[in-house]
This record gives sequence, C-alpha cells and structure tokens, in this order.
Amino acid sequence: MKKIIDFEVIEKRSFPRAALLRLHCAQPLPAIRGGQFVQVRVDGCDKAYLRRPISIHDVDYANNTIDLLIQEKHEATKKLCSLPEGSKLNVVLPLGNGFTMPEKGDNVLLVGGGIGIAPLLYFAKTICQDVPTCAPTFLLGGRSKDDLMLLDRFREVGEVAITTNDGSLGEAGFVTQHSLWNTKKINKIYACGPMPMMKAVAKLARERGLWCEVSLENQMACGIGACLCCVENTTEGNVCVCKEGPVFNIERLLW
Amino acid sequence: MVKTEIKLKGLTLKNPVMTASGTFGYGEEYADFVDLSELGGIIVKGTTLHHREGNPYPRMAETPMGMLNCVGLQNKGVDYFIETIYPRIKNYKTNVLVNVSGSNIDDYVTAAAKIDALENIPAIELNVSCPNVKQGGMAFGVTCSGIEQVTKAVREVYHKHLMVKLSPNVTNIAEIALAAEAAGADSVSLINTLLGMAIDAETRKPVLSMVTGGLSGACVKPVALRMVWQVSRAVKIPVIGLGGISSATDAIEFLLAGASAIEIGTANFIDPAISAKVAKGIVEYCEKHGVADVNELVGGLQC
Repeated sequence: MKKIIDFEVIEKRSFPRAALLRLHCAQPLPAIRGGQFVQVRVDGCDKAYLRRPISIHDVDYANNTIDLLIQEKHEATKKLCSLPEGSKLNVVLPLGNGFTMPEKGDNVLLVGGGIGIAPLLYFAKTICQDVPTCAPTFLLGGRSKDDLMLLDRFREVGEVAITTNDGSLGEAGFVTQHSLWNTKKINKIYACGPMPMMKAVAKLARERGLWCEVSLENQMACGIGACLCCVENTTEGNVCVCKEGPVFNIERLLW
Repeated sequence: MVKTEIKLKGLTLKNPVMTASGTFGYGEEYADFVDLSELGGIIVKGTTLHHREGNPYPRMAETPMGMLNCVGLQNKGVDYFIETIYPRIKNYKTNVLVNVSGSNIDDYVTAAAKIDALENIPAIELNVSCPNVKQGGMAFGVTCSGIEQVTKAVREVYHKHLMVKLSPNVTNIAEIALAAEAAGADSVSLINTLLGMAIDAETRKPVLSMVTGGLSGACVKPVALRMVWQVSRAVKIPVIGLGGISSATDAIEFLLAGASAIEIGTANFIDPAISAKVAKGIVEYCEKHGVADVNELVGGLQC
C-alpha cells in the first residue's frame, strides 16, 4: 500500500557531492522492496514544482526510518542535501516494482555507478534475509573516490569491488573493466547508474548470456503511473518507468 | 449541513470536485490515497478509437509553478477500455466520465457511440483541445466550425451528458464555447493546456520530443479563471472549470467566476490526496461563510 507520510530528518551525513538523510516517521512503514523509490516534495525550492524521485537506500522497520542517499545535482537536490536535522519532509512511498529477488544458488553481482549505488544496499540486505545462502557481491564505480560513499555499510552486507575513472580508489576504469568479470562466477546482474554505464553492463550481460536487471530513472511527474510522462519504449511499447519499472529486465529494453 | 450536490443535465455530482483527464489514470492509481467515493467524479485518461503509442520520450518539462507535457494521448483504444478497464472501474461510488479524443470525426463518433452503450458511464468529455497530436485533437477545438462539426456529429450518436473540453489556444474562447453549445453540448469544460515550449540553453535543443507541449499547473490558473469567467457569461449551459486548481480556495474562485463544478489536474501529482482535500475544504469554506448550498457560489463574483 502506497502512503503519503510526513517524515522528520533525524540524522544527516554530508559528503562532497551528496548527503545521507535518515528520515523518521511516527506511523509504521509500509512494506518496501529493494529497488523501490520515494517521491519527495521539495518545500522551499521554487525550481521544484513537482516531487523528486529518490531511491531508497536503507530501511529500518523497527525504528520507522528510511535512509535516502541524495546526490547534489540541480537546485532541488541541493535543497534536499542542505536540509538540517529536524526538517520535515513529505514523502510518497513505496513506488515502483523493485528488483526481482534471486533464487537459491544464484551468484549475484550488484553493479552501481555514482549515486546509482544507493538502492543496492537495501536490496542486498533483503537478499541476505530472504535467500541467506546467496552472498551478493557489489561492484561500485565512480568518477573518483568522492563518489563512493558509505563503503563500510556495503562491506557489512557483501564483498565490495571498486572502480574509479581516475584510479583514486580500487581499479582504474569503468565497472565493466573490473577484473572480477574474469575471475568471479556470476549468473545474475542487477545494475543502477548512469545510462552509459547501464548500457555497457547490459551489453556485457548479453554477450555472456547473463540474466540482468537495470533500474532506470526517466524523468517523472506523478510517480504512480498516471501521467505517462516517464515512459520507456520497450518490447511491449511505451511503459511507465515509475509504475512498471524502475527495474526492467534487459530483455524488455530496446537498447 | 452544507448541500454540495451539483445537478447537470443527466449527471449528478455529489460535490463539485472531479479529477482531470490524464492526471488521475483510471482512478486505480490513486485508490491508496483518496476515497474515490468522496469525489464528484473522475474523468479517465483520453481514449481514442484505436490504440495510440503516444509521443516519444522526453514528454515532460518542469517550468516555474507548472509543467509542460507532450504525452500525445497514449492509450490502448476504446475496445481495450471497454473490455479490460471498464469492468474494473464501473462500480466506483463516483461518476466515471471518459475523455474521448480522435483524429477525425468518424473516430470520435465511433468511440463515443461505443461508450454510450456502457451503463455506468454517465457522461463523456469530448477532447477537441489536446495540443499534442498532429491530426485532429486541438485542430477541431480552435475554430467555431471545427468544434461545431465534431460536437454535432457526436451529439447524434451520444445520448448522455456531453461535455466538451475547450482549448485556451484561441483568440476568443467565448465564441468557441457558443459554437459547442449551439451544436448540442450539455456543458463545456475549460481550460485544456496552454501551448508552450522549453529549450535547453546548454544543448540548444528543445526539452520535449515534440518541441512544443501543453502547459499546466498552478501557473495557468489566472488564465483559466479569466476564461471561465468569460465563457460562463456567454453560454447558458454549465461550465466546468479547471486549470491550476491546487486548493479549496482555488476551487471556490472558479465557482465564483461561474463554474458549476471543477476539475483538479496537475495538483494530483504534487499531492495525490488533494482532490478529496479540496472537496472537504469547499464544505469548510461554506460553513465558515454561512453558505447553505454550494450552488449559491456559482457565478457569485461581485464585480
């Protein structure tokens, strides 16, 4: 069930180009799947008439909190990243389909680029809970080490491999160039990041015949499948990324 | 107890609040947020005779206090609506109106006749004002002869409440409304979106795939309000007001300008629960101002 909830920012960590907001609400959280997202109303930002879709980085049902990892990009996300603790935030959640849970015996690789690393943490946690034998591996890429935040959190959940374009952390290059592709047994890939990265990952997955889901971020208005603005052209025609996505198996995509 | 019922020809609304086509899906999308029975009606997504894929992405650009869209009437066609969607929504405890569009008169007529046969659809909103389709759409809505032709043709096959949705992209909207009235419309709704565009100065390219799109949201309210006022003074049939309504106060302003009922559009995207809130807020306004019947507000502007 989707809800509109007034949250409070109870904890905040700032990074060079991003911020982590921990949001608390009084009421119980609805059930959230890894890869789902929220629509945030950005009060006090005259450039943001519409809500902003933000992926869910982590969920704590016991304490009624969700974590959002937000990259400063335009005015609206800058405003969100500047919110002090104690701020109120009106949020619609949970939205979208989320990633498909792997099965016992799957060798799972979670590939994140830039702020696209955000939804992978919570999804990995749900994998560990639902399919305990399936130990997910993260492959996280950024332009430089500044893009790769909260690595300790990821390391608590699984093995972490890293690439940076400038070589400031992990292997130098793109995620698709990491050595683990030649050493690690993988049969399921989940990817979230900039389009060129996801296209490169999809290409690699196709070449190797690997199952692959990607999370898209087409520009949205309503976030609930009503306005039909965020469509992706798929094998079944135009479908809403906000409702039928944001996660798509690459078999359905035309790129 | 404030009386909120609005009686239109063959269409009784329990209150003056409806949701605008293209902003509320088929109602199902909003069922988690709004008790649909608290609304006067919902107007479902623009429906055409044949399946339409709509326009390519990108279809949306955010603007100051508003947004542009060029969705282009993406829908699976009237037969799909009748077979698949109608059975799911026909028992809603509110009026379900279908917005009907087409690219030629025969398509409008055929689609309207099919919907005429649906027992639980008490009205259609004839869309002669969509700015995002190449043929038809707005082309019919910007001339008196165009709107007359399509309204007359649909009137012959459609026997329930016929609402005609007007385009603001005209020189004199009152003349267009009069033409719709003369051709047999039972009411007019206005305004559809204002034609606009957005440019990305960095790439020197248009933001929207179709270059131009329809502007909606709070920014269009003053234009819509003015047009509702002009039209309501020109025609005898009821006027349904829409354009940027985001609060009960906005809705009251439209009623005062002469609207018998209102539609909420883009505001649904910002607060998915806004439609029911506006319905409640109208009652609160009436209680506060000693208004016994919402109908007393209609055209109550004191100039």
